[in-house]
Amino acid sequence: MAEIKLSHLRHSYLPNPSGPDDYALKEIDLTWRDGGAYALLGPSGCGKSTLLNIISGLLAPSEGKVFFGEHDVTTLAPNERNIAQVFQFPVIYDTMTVRQNLTFPLKNRGVDEGTIARRVSEIAEMLEVTEMLDTRAAGLSPDNKQKISMGRGLVRDDVNVVMFDEPLTVIDPHLKWKLRSKLKELHQRVQATMIYVTHDQTEALTFADEVVVMQDGVVVQIGTPVELFERPQHTFVGHFIGSPGMNVLPCDLKGDRAIFEGHDITLEGPLTARGGAPQIGIRPEYISVASTGLPATVTKVADVGRHFVIDAVVGNTKLKAVSEHKAPDAGSSVHLTFKPDQTRVYRDGWIATEARK
Amino acid sequence: MRTENQKAWFFVLPVLFLVAFNALLPMMTVVNYSVQETFGNNQFFWEGLDWFEQILRSERFQAALGRQFLFTGIILAIEVPLGIIIALSMPRKGFWVPVCLVLMALPMLIPWNVVGAMWNIFALPKIGMLGYFMNDVLGIHYDMTQDPLAAWITIIVMDVWHWTSLVVLLCYAGLVSIPDAYYQAAKIDAASPWSVFRYIQLPKMKTVLTIAILLRFMDSFNIYTEPFVLTGGGPGNSTTLLSIDLVKIALGQFDLGPAAAMSLIYFAITLAVSWVFYVVMTKDDQ
Amino acid sequence: MIELEDVTKRVGTVTHIKPTNLKLEAGHFNVLLGATGAGKTSLIKLMAGLDPMASGRILMDGKDVTRLNTQKRRISLVHQFFVNYPHMSVFENIASPLRVARLPESEIQGRVEEAADLLQLRPMLNRKPNELSGGQQQRTALARAIAKESQAVFLDEPLANLDYKLREELREQLPELFAGRGAVVVYATSEPEEALMLGGYTGLMDDGGVTQFGKTSEIYRHPSNLTAARVFSDPPINAAEVTKAGREAKLQTGVRWTLDGKAAALPDGSYTVAVRPHRVLPKRSNKHEVELRGQVLVTELSGSDSSAHFRLGDVDWVSLSSGVHPYKVGEDHAFFMDPTHCRYFGTDGTRVA
Repeated sequence: MAEIKLSHLRHSYLPNPSGPDDYALKEIDLTWRDGGAYALLGPSGCGKSTLLNIISGLLAPSEGKVFFGEHDVTTLAPNERNIAQVFQFPVIYDTMTVRQNLTFPLKNRGVDEGTIARRVSEIAEMLEVTEMLDTRAAGLSPDNKQKISMGRGLVRDDVNVVMFDEPLTVIDPHLKWKLRSKLKELHQRVQATMIYVTHDQTEALTFADEVVVMQDGVVVQIGTPVELFERPQHTFVGHFIGSPGMNVLPCDLKGDRAIFEGHDITLEGPLTARGGAPQIGIRPEYISVASTGLPATVTKVADVGRHFVIDAVVGNTKLKAVSEHKAPDAGSSVHLTFKPDQTRVYRDGWIATEARK
Repeated sequence: MRTENQKAWFFVLPVLFLVAFNALLPMMTVVNYSVQETFGNNQFFWEGLDWFEQILRSERFQAALGRQFLFTGIILAIEVPLGIIIALSMPRKGFWVPVCLVLMALPMLIPWNVVGAMWNIFALPKIGMLGYFMNDVLGIHYDMTQDPLAAWITIIVMDVWHWTSLVVLLCYAGLVSIPDAYYQAAKIDAASPWSVFRYIQLPKMKTVLTIAILLRFMDSFNIYTEPFVLTGGGPGNSTTLLSIDLVKIALGQFDLGPAAAMSLIYFAITLAVSWVFYVVMTKDDQ
Repeated sequence: MIELEDVTKRVGTVTHIKPTNLKLEAGHFNVLLGATGAGKTSLIKLMAGLDPMASGRILMDGKDVTRLNTQKRRISLVHQFFVNYPHMSVFENIASPLRVARLPESEIQGRVEEAADLLQLRPMLNRKPNELSGGQQQRTALARAIAKESQAVFLDEPLANLDYKLREELREQLPELFAGRGAVVVYATSEPEEALMLGGYTGLMDDGGVTQFGKTSEIYRHPSNLTAARVFSDPPINAAEVTKAGREAKLQTGVRWTLDGKAAALPDGSYTVAVRPHRVLPKRSNKHEVELRGQVLVTELSGSDSSAHFRLGDVDWVSLSSGVHPYKVGEDHAFFMDPTHCRYFGTDGTRVA
């Protein structure tokens, strides 16, 4: 077990990178606590799989170092780093039984028979696959195969970190939540550092104590699920987390106040010294339909069962609001109010207001 | 897919005629001959199954059959592992891939009688490179026109040279389709290269290997041109394989009845062994 | 309009599609909602003419197309797996059905550009599919479907292989793309939320049959049987056995509440009560609500919502609330349910109240 530190990491897939665009990962400095559950969340192409492969040793970074505790492991091969990795599709040895699959990593390392038997039955019980131990792995369903893949990673007790690369991709949607909760349970029992890479916010927010949000090779924000939802530091985080995502509205600044479509908007607090193009960020959950406020026309109402998603236009800007109560009809004129302590200004994408104390 | 009309079948008719003319009719003729006796002049006498009995009992046939099985057995035992090893050593990405693929394909492109002629000259004691090298440089007596062992070794080496590429290319196709994640998982599991071969590569190559082995079996069992051009079946009849013997009886001696019976037996054996092979190799897939 | 009359499909002795009767109209999305294996793809393939029917008829705009092969039916199909011609550029991909129809070059140019504009593919018209991202490849397939101007467009879980955020964005665009084109749009999905977001009409599929078909919000609020209620619910709907005696309903664990209206008039006996997860909340909001106290087994956060799975007796319940609620797994928690949101189903599964 160890703390994992990434120092000045940069990576390019090209032999001679010239500009920032040639880098898949641009300057990453991160420390992962020992035993923590982390998620790497971001859209396709943001660099999360590259980062994962650098940590596991399947890829050597162009620049920077990786430390496991005190050791510099940057150039070490995967089997020398004591890591485990679960891939997008189940990777199992088809010709072996489940038991043999789970035994394999231990046998290769010369662990004695007694310890092997004990570990295998422990892991099988944790994963609820004890009845399948002597069936051939090739005949199992995808979710069971994926469990075996995970089991192979967890059966060793010297594992520094377990990494999951979008492991629920091939799982039937109806079974996904079962495996999600199984993973969380596993983390609590095994207490190993676990890093979960995904583009799905539900998977990330459910599993992790802390989520690392990435975009275009850069870490945009690290925080707990609550922090990321309640106070996104970057418009990308606000947009990516939450369904529907945060509204990002163009605005002007006049001194200390924000003007949106000609209307004065109350913000959560004073503006910071940051510069850049201003935008207002407010989540649809915090926009309500009222008798006074911004004049808007409703363009579409979707009944999503537990609430309504209202598409409206204020002046020339489209935005969304979420309402638990009956919504106005499409085409009607309404007034919208923004909850002040959830209304923020972002400049060049980064948060530029402070919460009022 | 439901079609409105059956016009497509008419397009297939010419091919049907061609196949019937070239394959079915001659086949029926052979069956016809195999149960009759002729002394020329187009006179035929019914013999029933006598020819079949005679052939199956004849020592000559049994000896040729024995040689054939020996040949095929040795060929498979060498070409399959060698093909796998070469496929494993070939690069899977990069500049050398097309170069290797072309090099592998070259031996199979040469017309078969040219292959036989090539090796014939190659192996001649004074003139051929191999013959000269063996006799005069290494001092080993090597003359395939006189020594049965030398003849056998030469036809085997010739076939290995000619056809291992087929096994290589098929296995390579199977190997290339294995996703990287399997190798990565093996690295993480600290698996040895032998384990990687046994548990990842070999199982994934199983389908293509089945095809490769089946093809090599059928081709080597029916082989004619190359050994015939190389040794003519000699010295004596030491390299007279089944097909060579069959041609001798049919065209050399013009014994149509026995020859026809022998072809049918030959065909039946090939079919039976291929079927057994196939069932054995695919039984795990049930 | 597409009409299906007693359409069935059999493979060997196994019935894959039970006798199905449907009327699908243009002007709104017709969603086929069901779990994997429910038969959505099979039904679409029957409508497209790609698989043979065992019995029944299909009519398109009044014309019997049962015997007509796929090429003659003017349809488009977009798959889950970004199907594009790998050797052709994006422009050629979108133009391919138009070239088959031998339209004049100028018209092809116009229609391809229009479709490309709608799907923001203009800058990529000269690239090949393998140079595009997943989202762009799927948009190329969609552009091809739009450019063709077919009578019917079949979308078979087209967004399933995309990043969830991209899925949201494209899903918003889809209704606009097909609006006003006069084609019947059939959209297959396994996510109830997608059906609700797309609106229109929904057919709930289960085990090869359509259990209910109607306006999406209607069948969501008024499922005709327990299967329909289950299919149209994510997280899974809470369903438990309840015994009715007089005006009281009682759960196995002893939790009871008063019934009124139609529910009160039912004959006494055993029923299944079903209530959607978002009607089971962690905070009390009025005094009529029933308290359900159970041990929290699993919690899930999805940004805007939190769900908790808890156990009451031998039934697993799910609560879905908005905002981020950090529940403590393993601890007891009280949840509240308003009986007016309960639906009652008889032993055969049909809705009774």
